[in-house]
Amino acid sequence: MRGKIAGVFAGIGLSFTASTAFAQELTIFWAEWDPANYLQELVNEYEAETGVVVTVETTPWADFQTKAFTEFNAKGSAYDLIVGDSQWLGAASEGGHYVDLTEFFNENKVGEIMAPATVKYYAEYPGNSGKYWAIPAEGDAVGWSYRKDWFEDPAEMEAFKAKYGYDLAPPADWKQLRDIAEFFHRPDEGRYGIAIYTDNSYDAMAMGFENALFSFGGELGDPVTYQVDGFINSDKAIAALDAYRELYGFTPPGWSKTFFVENNQAITEGLAAMSMNYFAFFPALLNESTNPHAANTGFFANPAGPGGDQFAALGGQGISIVSYSENQEEAMKFLQWFIKDETQKRWAELGGYTASAAVLESEEFRNATPYNEAFYQTMFKVKDFWAVPEFAELLGQMNNRLYPHIVGGEGTSKEVLDALAADWKATFAKYGRGQ
Amino acid sequence: MATQTLAQAPATGAAPRARGLSDLAIRNLFIIPTIIFLIVFNIFPLLYSLGYSFTDFRASTNEPANFVGLDNYRTLLADPFIWKNFTITAKYVIISVTGQVIVGFGLAMLLNREIPFKGLLTTLLMLPMMLSMAVVGLFWKLLYDPNFGIINYAFGLGTFEWLADPDIALYAIALADIWMWSPFVMLLSLAGLSAVPKHLYEAAAIDRASGLYTFFRITLPLVAPILMIAIIFRTMEAFKTFDLAYILASQPTTEVISIRLYKMAFQEWQTGMSCALAYIVLIMVLAITNIYIKYLNKVKER
Repeated sequence: MRGKIAGVFAGIGLSFTASTAFAQELTIFWAEWDPANYLQELVNEYEAETGVVVTVETTPWADFQTKAFTEFNAKGSAYDLIVGDSQWLGAASEGGHYVDLTEFFNENKVGEIMAPATVKYYAEYPGNSGKYWAIPAEGDAVGWSYRKDWFEDPAEMEAFKAKYGYDLAPPADWKQLRDIAEFFHRPDEGRYGIAIYTDNSYDAMAMGFENALFSFGGELGDPVTYQVDGFINSDKAIAALDAYRELYGFTPPGWSKTFFVENNQAITEGLAAMSMNYFAFFPALLNESTNPHAANTGFFANPAGPGGDQFAALGGQGISIVSYSENQEEAMKFLQWFIKDETQKRWAELGGYTASAAVLESEEFRNATPYNEAFYQTMFKVKDFWAVPEFAELLGQMNNRLYPHIVGGEGTSKEVLDALAADWKATFAKYGRGQ
Repeated sequence: MATQTLAQAPATGAAPRARGLSDLAIRNLFIIPTIIFLIVFNIFPLLYSLGYSFTDFRASTNEPANFVGLDNYRTLLADPFIWKNFTITAKYVIISVTGQVIVGFGLAMLLNREIPFKGLLTTLLMLPMMLSMAVVGLFWKLLYDPNFGIINYAFGLGTFEWLADPDIALYAIALADIWMWSPFVMLLSLAGLSAVPKHLYEAAAIDRASGLYTFFRITLPLVAPILMIAIIFRTMEAFKTFDLAYILASQPTTEVISIRLYKMAFQEWQTGMSCALAYIVLIMVLAITNIYIKYLNKVKER
């Protein structure tokens, strides 16, 4: 009897040993959005090739940063890899949460594989240091979708030309964007001019405003000296904020806390003529099951500003290895596989926005969807928010200053940006930057 | 007196009495786990965070915590944004608690009589406070929606933006809180009202006292102690409101102190500073509660 019992326990023990010897697993943590679903489809192919089970775990965007850093601070090993936001690079690298991938980067010439802007903003910290902490994974930027049928309606075109003196077409600059928004703003018909980002809980409003700021020729500050006075509150920045504030007046009712979900709804529910959103969300707009107006939805890149500058707010993320992962070797092998040309092509086919320069520049990619050409052009004209460790404080201060002005109409753009400059100056001084 | 030993135990054939746990041991066995639990999950974190409040510690970095004395407290108390958050919180507490007392006490007055289906009505009226705050926040958000919200439709308000209007949003959140917690005040008030001796009302009726006179001279003074308890509890809870405000309207004019604390602790990772803010909030709540309790004691003495 004792022998049988011992045998049972030995068998159980052996089965555990056997299972742990073969069941290698990796967990990738990302925000809950469509690209994460595409990544799960992609990594299933890695499993088919290698037998390593890769799970993409997600959480809503609003909680992503909190949940990720809570795990980092606890030095938890729940996640092996993370597709972290570009703004986290400073906090995560200086906090020791990301594995240094400089050697991997250089050995595999990742800098030559990926588009320059993605290397600069998704992977390198500090700027121009040659130290890399992530592999560019999901290239993204803010673009615009619009109702082609509204724009191409002969009666609308005639009325627009009569009122504004030029042809109705996707706007080439912010003045045209504003004119078109005003033209289509008809609350009594249930139609509104435009949908923009206004959510102040994370970075939505900041990203939204950045599209105006950068195209108007404004800057957040000097990335080397951390000087902000004369940059974030320059005349160009003030003009950009005026323009963004004016656009809020042409949004649908209740547009006070909106991000990617609501801005896509503005098109799917036939509310607005134009809507800003990250390119990552545009596939859903071409799907007739999710957008009844899919056949009439067009896309354009963020328009130029009055001075001819044309930039867009950078989105997107790089994939990093978490320092506390117990599977770092396997994670490195995964990254080796991820940067391969065929993997990047497959990533693009599935709907992910590859950062691979070769794939981006290919005719095949640029013609694959109605928005890929705009995406390709945009990815060479992007700028990002501060990536310093205290970025969350800077973001919070920006939200606190911009939100009451844009949504509540409080204060002037100059007052708001002067106050923001003072906030940022104090924050940088607190952390000894620029001293 | 002869002592009986086990060896001299009477030869009755019975087994010697087993030595069980003493009353003291049994008491300790029940209490000690709870005390350990309290120390580990309440006392220790309280003291640990108090320690952090005097440092510049940031949980997101690997930097050690450096002692900075009272710097965090000074910085917070000198920050106009923090005082703005406290002002918003105070405004919210006053509106919400006043509303809850008026509605709750009013409902209790209405229910304090023999009416058909009184039990069923009381149960239905208590349902809001049984829901989770997050659920309440989510469906009140739908109710307030300017496009399809039932409130705008019912009152013919068109597309009025309850949660986007910086002047109205705080009242909108308070309204949801009043809806949710008035039943709590109602419950306590009902208990107080049912304890008022009937003969006092009869005597007042004989003396032809008016309804208002009866209310202010009999009902209110006698129910006051229990009403004060309800006010104390609701004030403490309203001061700490987070879920409702965060879900309904995340904008600067509705940023109560709990939201600011959450952002400071879990988005900005200013751990030391957020611990200091938490203690400032704790001291304020204790101070307000003490004032209420002193007033409650005076009311009881009358």
